[in-house]
Amino acid sequence: MTIKWNQAGRHLFMIIFSLVMIYPVIWWIGASLKSNAELSSPGLFPSKPQWSNFVNGWHSVPGHSFTDFYLNTFGLEIVLLIVTLISSTLVAFGFGRLDFPLKNFWFSLLMLTLMLPGQVLIIPQYAMFHQLGWVNTYLPFIVPHLVASGAGGTFFVFLLIQFVRGIPRELDESAKMDGCSWFGIYWRIVMPLTKPAIVTVMIFCFLWNWDDFLGHLLYINSVDKYTVGLALRMINDSSSGQEWGQLLAMSLVSIVPATLVFMFLQKYFVEGIATTGIKG
Amino acid sequence: MSQTTTVALKTAAGTKKRKSFLSRWDAPIAGYLFILPWLIGFFGLTAYPMILSLYYSFTDYTLMEPISWVGARNYERIFTADDKFIQSIKVTFMYVIASVPLKLIAALLVAVVLNKAMKGISAYRTAIYFPSLIGGSIAVSLLWRNIFGVDGIFNKILGIFGIGATGWVTNPSTALWTLVLLTVWQFGSSMVIFLAGLKQIPNDLYEASSVDGANKFVQFFKITLPMLSPTLYFNLIMGVINAFQMFTSAYVITNGGPMNSTYVYALYLYERAFSRYQLGYSSALAWIMLVIIVVVAAIIAGTSKYWVFYETESGGKKRK
Repeated sequence: MTIKWNQAGRHLFMIIFSLVMIYPVIWWIGASLKSNAELSSPGLFPSKPQWSNFVNGWHSVPGHSFTDFYLNTFGLEIVLLIVTLISSTLVAFGFGRLDFPLKNFWFSLLMLTLMLPGQVLIIPQYAMFHQLGWVNTYLPFIVPHLVASGAGGTFFVFLLIQFVRGIPRELDESAKMDGCSWFGIYWRIVMPLTKPAIVTVMIFCFLWNWDDFLGHLLYINSVDKYTVGLALRMINDSSSGQEWGQLLAMSLVSIVPATLVFMFLQKYFVEGIATTGIKG
Repeated sequence: MSQTTTVALKTAAGTKKRKSFLSRWDAPIAGYLFILPWLIGFFGLTAYPMILSLYYSFTDYTLMEPISWVGARNYERIFTADDKFIQSIKVTFMYVIASVPLKLIAALLVAVVLNKAMKGISAYRTAIYFPSLIGGSIAVSLLWRNIFGVDGIFNKILGIFGIGATGWVTNPSTALWTLVLLTVWQFGSSMVIFLAGLKQIPNDLYEASSVDGANKFVQFFKITLPMLSPTLYFNLIMGVINAFQMFTSAYVITNGGPMNSTYVYALYLYERAFSRYQLGYSSALAWIMLVIIVVVAAIIAGTSKYWVFYETESGGKKRK
């Protein structure tokens, strides 16, 4: 009997706790449909939903619509995902599978850069990209990802190395007998078997670049190249809190991609976080 | 299957003798080719920029004018005549000291409750993880600014309990706490890591101690906490490193104000570097930050031998 009561109490605690955690998001959904006058009323949902918040918010940046910003962001994300996929798996295969002089030395350097606070690099990298004329292009994002650096790049390599090491080496040996080159082994054997880890890497690459607000703020200046995050900041600044409904509506839309990724790929999320201790 | 492998291995041994000089270098050359992207990245985008930034920190570099060497003058000014530096250090330490432990404690406690093989664990986990998923975005920062504004929902809820309204983000004594709360709200990702750690603790430890008459609290402090301490240690170090670099929420929610009460270090760095383009001065700031983070991490690592337990191979617990 007491065990049952314990169980019930625990559920009650967890239900209340989960509701408290999620409450701001529920309120957010309601608020995105409220008029400005109704926003400060305590009710969760508006008496009359203002769908115009979404329509007007979508066009609230003069001369542009959020369609442009989403296309920009998704376009950039796709390039970054492809580039990260190629570079991080190549490097991970090299570290995880091949023996070469100084490997342990390079690997410990890689581990060291995992802990390096990124903000030390912001200023010199900005100066470098500025001299190269890359400011206000997407190159400051693409090039670092091309060399397994950039937002979380080292983390991805590390995660993949751990996974590649777990794939039995006998597979390589027999493939080599069949005349398979190292690249062949990478491409035909190790890559297909690394798929779960690759999915995890892709998920976090997508999310971290979506939220790389400081990077976008630094390198993208012209509105026609703006990402969704910068556009949100822009309507926040220009409306100075006058159109909270629209602002909250557009903010809400901007978390939909992350939410969808999470809903459909939850398994990979939990595994990725748990095995590597990645920050969410 | 195993038979074919043995045959294959035998043939491998046979061909090895006939391998040419070049094929002995096959793996090393291939190895370096595979890691080449990372090597370029490491030298071009990590090592070189770090040296560059160290050099900048001794100059008056501003992106426009020619660079001139100023010696240690940047550092001198930061330590002797820079009120904003002092203020941002104070704010950042307050933020780190408040947010990191609170986040870890919340993550640990909820993980322990959740770990008791409950039905619906995945639903709870989803609800609790969700804030971590979206919390870093500018969207949530905008939401936070509204919730904790004078007319925000937080004041309305307090009003129900008869607590007077205040502008949480516009009041210098509470503004930083709204940012701390936003960070703590995102404890879900740490919790998932703790849950994975809890799964590793062998059940017979609990069973044996129950036989010896240990209650839940004793078990928590004598078994759960020591067994989980390596995970806790890792989370603590990473949490501290991340907290020192907090930027987006301070920039969007309060922009450092009111009265510089949320003026975190990263914000100051950003302002010096990209509003005033004093890249030399801000490089010095960045290096000071790096040294502070390294020292704090080293202190935590130094204390770890007193509280982080590693299992020895024989299975017993032992201090490292």
